[in-house]
Amino acid sequence: MSLLDYFRSSRSKGTASVAKERLQILVAHDRSERHRPSYLPKLQREILDVIRKYVEVDMSAVSVNYEQEASREILELNIILPDTARNRA
Amino acid sequence: MARIIVITSGKGGVGKTTTSAALAMGLAQRGHRTAVIDFDVGLRNLDLIMGCERRVVYDFVNVINGEASLNQALIRDKRCDSLYILPASQTRDKEALTKEGVGKVLEELSQGFDFIVCDSPAGIEHGATMAMYYADDAVVVTNPEVSSVRDSDRMLGILSSKSRRAETNAEPIREFLLLSRYDPARVANGEMLSVEDVQEILSLDLLGVIPESRAVLNASNAGVPVILDGESDAGKAYGDAVARYLGEQVPHRFLTVQKKGFFSRLFGG
Repeated sequence: MSLLDYFRSSRSKGTASVAKERLQILVAHDRSERHRPSYLPKLQREILDVIRKYVEVDMSAVSVNYEQEASREILELNIILPDTARNRA
Repeated sequence: MARIIVITSGKGGVGKTTTSAALAMGLAQRGHRTAVIDFDVGLRNLDLIMGCERRVVYDFVNVINGEASLNQALIRDKRCDSLYILPASQTRDKEALTKEGVGKVLEELSQGFDFIVCDSPAGIEHGATMAMYYADDAVVVTNPEVSSVRDSDRMLGILSSKSRRAETNAEPIREFLLLSRYDPARVANGEMLSVEDVQEILSLDLLGVIPESRAVLNASNAGVPVILDGESDAGKAYGDAVARYLGEQVPHRFLTVQKKGFFSRLFGG
């Protein structure tokens, strides 16, 4: 390895650590998706339909989050009601 | 009863067939009666890597369809009496592998063999899921490269949900990592994921690390499983992996840059 190569390689140091970081995020995301129950999208759609009977909200107003911990599963529902709905009530 | 081992990866070109040939030969050389099956219907290659492509008469699909007996289709390796090869069909559709048909063939093989090595095709389609469905053990072949690592993780998810063991709530498949095409010099330069990096991401038992080696291409050119090239780094690394699979404690080799001797520096080696 020549002196030039030495400097060149030390400059490019770090692509492996970038790869590792990207993979860690990606794999964690893939795994959480994998363990989600398959009914989640349908659940989200039906909840939205019920809410829409009463309030005008769009699809992005409902978020369903699923988390799995050692001994329990958490289903988190987050519904953002529009300002007008609150005023009416 | 035979132990069924699937060699899988998700991604193509990472060394599944090279690994299948090497592990099967290694197990057979140690006296275990071993059969190695090519599941890549339509793109068979194991016969080439094993060097028995001109002796193929019947194949896996013929046996499943009852057009040939298992004994007619199995090819005995000329170098090792305990090793048999069951080639894939080159002409059929991959759907020819039915779950029942594959199960029946594996069941029959189980009677006469100690180990059955299943060489999976790339991807997560039918052939790949058939190759892993009946497995007891899985060797996940991974290159230290982002797409291969990601695909391996995807494969692990499939192994733990879509195999027979998963469906019957039996003891889960034992999963091993085999890291291939490893280049210690590039790892030292920070250009390539290290064994530790890949292990940390996949959290799997490490069966072996196969260094990037010219011996692999030389071996496939000649139709000789690389494990038979006992002088080569890759051959030795596969030998170690077989020993580890059988429960021996063998330290990992070829993880650091090999210092070149004076003569190899002088003449290039």
